[in-house]
Amino acid sequence: MNRPAVLDPAPAREGAGVFAARRHLLGLEGIAREELLDILDDAARYRELARTHQLPNQELKGVTVGNAFFEDSTRTRVSFELAEQRLGAMLVTFTTGGSSVSKGETLLDTLRVIASMRVDVLVVRHASSGAASYLARHVDAAVVNAGDGRHEHPTQGLLDIMTLRMAWDGRFEGRRLAIVGDVAHSRVARSAIHGLNALGVSVTLAAPATLLPADVEALGVTVAPTVEDALAGADAAMALRIQKERMESGLLPSLGEYARVWGVTEARVALMKPEAVVLHPGPMNRGVEIQPEVADGPRSVIFDQVENGVAIRCAVLRRCAGRAGAREARS
Amino acid sequence: MSGAVEKSPPVLIRNARHWRTGERIDLALYGGRIVERAPAHARVVEAGGAVLSPGLVDVHVHLREPGHTAKETIASGTRAAAAGGFTAVCAMPNTEPVVDSAAWVEWVAARAREAGHCRVYPIAALTQGQRGEQLAPLVALRRAGAVAFSDDGRPVMSAAVMRRALEYQRHADAPIICHEEDLTLRGDGHMNEGFTATRLGLAGIPAAAESVMVWRDLELVELTGGRVHFAHLSCAASFEALRRARERGLPVTAETCPHYWTLTDEAVGDYDTHAKMNPPLRSEADRAAVLAAIREGLVDCFATDHAPHTHEEKQRPFDQAPFGIVGLETAFALTVSHLVRPGHLSLARALELWTEAPRRVFGLPEVRLEPGFPADLALLDPEREWTVDPARFHSQGRNTPFAGWRLTGLPLATFCAGRLTHADPGFAGAREVAEAQLAENPR
Repeated sequence: MNRPAVLDPAPAREGAGVFAARRHLLGLEGIAREELLDILDDAARYRELARTHQLPNQELKGVTVGNAFFEDSTRTRVSFELAEQRLGAMLVTFTTGGSSVSKGETLLDTLRVIASMRVDVLVVRHASSGAASYLARHVDAAVVNAGDGRHEHPTQGLLDIMTLRMAWDGRFEGRRLAIVGDVAHSRVARSAIHGLNALGVSVTLAAPATLLPADVEALGVTVAPTVEDALAGADAAMALRIQKERMESGLLPSLGEYARVWGVTEARVALMKPEAVVLHPGPMNRGVEIQPEVADGPRSVIFDQVENGVAIRCAVLRRCAGRAGAREARS
Repeated sequence: MSGAVEKSPPVLIRNARHWRTGERIDLALYGGRIVERAPAHARVVEAGGAVLSPGLVDVHVHLREPGHTAKETIASGTRAAAAGGFTAVCAMPNTEPVVDSAAWVEWVAARAREAGHCRVYPIAALTQGQRGEQLAPLVALRRAGAVAFSDDGRPVMSAAVMRRALEYQRHADAPIICHEEDLTLRGDGHMNEGFTATRLGLAGIPAAAESVMVWRDLELVELTGGRVHFAHLSCAASFEALRRARERGLPVTAETCPHYWTLTDEAVGDYDTHAKMNPPLRSEADRAAVLAAIREGLVDCFATDHAPHTHEEKQRPFDQAPFGIVGLETAFALTVSHLVRPGHLSLARALELWTEAPRRVFGLPEVRLEPGFPADLALLDPEREWTVDPARFHSQGRNTPFAGWRLTGLPLATFCAGRLTHADPGFAGAREVAEAQLAENPR
């Protein structure tokens, strides 16, 4: 089980110079609290730099980043591209589609192409769980997982946690997040759970039984019987996107039933603590998993998440490219 | 087993240990059979106290030929069998084309006679094209040499088709081997449903996908009086069903495979496609149930479900890689290391489940260490430690989860119809016979 662990050193390559310390970011499972907080600190700095128009800078000058999107994702791709441009990296983006089998073949073939292009950091989105660690084993580049199947989406998890940190005035202890929706198919939920576990934040899940994966409690969460139970007294709620395919595959009776029983509504949100916030990874199905009044309401931090996403990706790219993090730079 | 079976030259195996009694034994082979005494010019195999047993039989092997010769051929697969101490294998029909006609049964048998290193008993498809719709010509297939019928890998989802198959089977007089899996419950699953699948974000296959079909077919056996052999049972619930079937006296038998008593779904680790097979590796409780079923005698025989794939196929991302692992060359060692040494079974009982038991279940010719029986033999060292190195496999398939494992138990030499089909490079005792055979038939 030679698993390239979270933020493990990528293999140094001959003549790699400043990139000798390149690192992968494959997931948040097993991430150390300190490491996570360092990334959040870096990201807070990048957020401030962006807000005060001090970007782009040249921190990743000379670094080539490849964005390999084997699955369509406009917002994640744009967020990474923006982060790369703000740090002065060279970037190339390629997207492919096709059937799952042809994707597998494409993935193998693409390895050689990437190797030949001397890409330093490879940002990868793929429909297969495990695709990021698969690439990390085979490609001579630092791999950043931008979402692999149902497995993990670590930069999304980090931006969620950054958003919570701001909403919670920097204090994680004693906090509780309720995650509502399709946990079974959600890489967003898995990354958030692992990251929040590292910070000591409790996570409660509420979902139809058909959308909860087996033995999910062993991830370090509790399962509430109803969405009301999950939200009561929570410090934040995250509504997950419901895909229409879930009806077709018989996992849900109808979108209407889902909205009635599991939707994050104003009445349900009122069960949370007064200062509690609402997150959604987007894109939203308004009126299904989240009511428009909640999405646009005072508790919504959904657009903070998007802004924080670019800052988090700056922090991650810099680390994965082998440049020192903020704390290391200070000391 | 190139042609000259009946003319196999005389060989005297000296100083072996009888697999069942543990007594010192010398055995003479001549003309493909065990004989009373060896002629004076017999070549000698010095066994040095190694265990001599009937050749192992693997009733569940995918030789991939015709059609998928990039994965395995009859030649390479039977060579791997010989290296594993096997003298006979039953070949599954999910080839291309599917073995669902007498002509292809005869072709497999003929190809095996020509290129094989052990006896090959073809298993024919149960339904045409393994599509689960229309019965294959079972009587003609049986007459052509099929020893059983199976849509292995593509379970018959229609209970009505299975019912008719079990009724019609009596005219063909051979068991139906059931790969028990409800495809709707499997869905797009790629590994056992449980925490590891949840952690990895992989769709799970519940154990019930297997056990509901075991229950269904038990009911159909009750209804029809048909005869079923359950392939590769992997979970506690299936053995519970089997236990009830025994109480009801139903004519069913079952096999399990070394990986189910050795590994759990945790072996998938970080998306290791070498731990991807069907049925999938299950939970620790299921593994314990497999061991209990073996101890209790619920398991009628062992099999490997040897399923070679190419390196390229197993290099795909987990959800796109094919199911299956190779097993012929690690079967004996996994039996000794994980059943015999931990005290679950005696060596004699474990060997019985690889030799006499499968022969009985499938009505294959009996082999005893007595004059007159076929000289299909394995010389085994149950004490020898070795490290699994897939690069040294004789199989074309290198897809094993046991690479690098330190195991105990090594087949030293294998005889099929009196001829040496394998000798371990480190075993000097058979050198004389090996050299003589090479001089006579250099291929």
